[in-house]
Amino acid sequence: MWSFFHKLGSPPWLYSIAGTILRWLLPITLVVLVAGAVWGLLYTPPDFRQGNSYRIMYIHVPTAVVALAGYYVMAIAGAISLIWRMKMADVAMRAAAPIGAMLTFLALVTGAIWGKPTWGTWWEWDARITSMLVLFFLYLGVMVLYDAYDNKEAAGRACAVLSLVGTVNIPIIYKSVDWWYSLHQPASIKFTGESTIDSSMLYPLLLMIVAFYALYTCCLLMNMRTELLRREARTGWVRRLIVEEGKG
Amino acid sequence: MNTLPTVAFMRRLLRRQLLLALRSPVDVANPLIFFGMVIVLFPIGLGPDPVILARFAPGILWIVALLSSLLTSDALFRSDFDDGSLEQLLLSPQPLYLSVLSYVLAHWLITGLLLALMAPLFAIMLGLAVQAIAPLVASLALGTAVLSLVGCIGASLTVSLRRGGMLIALLVLPLYVPVLIFGSAAVQAAVDGFSVLPYLAILAAMLSLGIALAPFAIAAGLRIGIDA
Repeated sequence: MWSFFHKLGSPPWLYSIAGTILRWLLPITLVVLVAGAVWGLLYTPPDFRQGNSYRIMYIHVPTAVVALAGYYVMAIAGAISLIWRMKMADVAMRAAAPIGAMLTFLALVTGAIWGKPTWGTWWEWDARITSMLVLFFLYLGVMVLYDAYDNKEAAGRACAVLSLVGTVNIPIIYKSVDWWYSLHQPASIKFTGESTIDSSMLYPLLLMIVAFYALYTCCLLMNMRTELLRREARTGWVRRLIVEEGKG
Repeated sequence: MNTLPTVAFMRRLLRRQLLLALRSPVDVANPLIFFGMVIVLFPIGLGPDPVILARFAPGILWIVALLSSLLTSDALFRSDFDDGSLEQLLLSPQPLYLSVLSYVLAHWLITGLLLALMAPLFAIMLGLAVQAIAPLVASLALGTAVLSLVGCIGASLTVSLRRGGMLIALLVLPLYVPVLIFGSAAVQAAVDGFSVLPYLAILAAMLSLGIALAPFAIAAGLRIGIDA
């Protein structure tokens, strides 16, 4: 049990195990992603009110769900690196930030594209949209703070503190934005609740959410491998790796 | 060597901060002048129509107070970091949680509280309804304390960085959102003739949560800054 944790602290071991996981996970992810997309985009019935435009939901909902979960992945990795000084958790936190920011951005863009034909406007200061935008800025804050430090060890710890502060704040921000919205104007547009969705649309959606979680994991592992190589560029195992790659 | 009792130490730290502020009155006046200046920009930008100005007054007053608090929090630890007294504070046997809290208290007394007391003047100039002025002062007094706590987190995380100013805004502004919502909603509720107490209660709840948790983050940030 403990040897597993000791191994987890070893960059070459983590690099190779991440490579092995990727070799299996990446093809599976692609298959599930394509299957879910084809099912959702081609073989589901059109919505009786929104027609075909609702189909962007199969991209929009998974990106939004994983973007939120990604913040917690980043914060938990940050907490682990802060408490146990585990360097690999620091690598994971650093790798998670840009992926999360990208997913949040995608969720906002796909939401806007859907909003134009459906609500007649690109942007609505709705509670969820506003808190997603704030989440996007929280992600950017972590990335910019990391970049600002020259000492990368301090950068990792500072980002860990910041992402933990953000974790406490996300529910508060979400609830207060929700309340602010309901104070200012009645909810004229409601998102379709999960329970009111027909199973013919729900199953491909669930499949897409699973596919996006898998895709997130793949991106995280790939980013972690790159980050490991960058940090360990001067060590022996990276040199050996490059020599072997050159031979192969 | 015997150490000071913690309460006495905190009082001295607070007194030192306030004395330092009093010795450079321009630094104390700066955020207040900034507050006034930016308020002046709104009638110029939005047009002098009193109906529009009165309608936007709660939001304007709160946003400008928030920016003044943000601008001053950047310099909070900077000079103490530069001359090494911050390092001594971290080495001292006093609990850092409480030392940090007295920094925050000093920051709030110098900027937040003064802004809250100044705000009625500008509120009248913007044509805010008279019954909303007392709630404005109360919500600013409570809310800026939360802003000081959150701003200090940003200041502690950027203390060792040369280019703090813009960075701290990006780190801290998203975290200011809940305070802005309930602060300006309190004033708006008073304008519309509703009870203000629920909003003030929520601001007070945020303040309690902030006092309980923020000093840990500030202390961690300062330790990272000293190490870096």
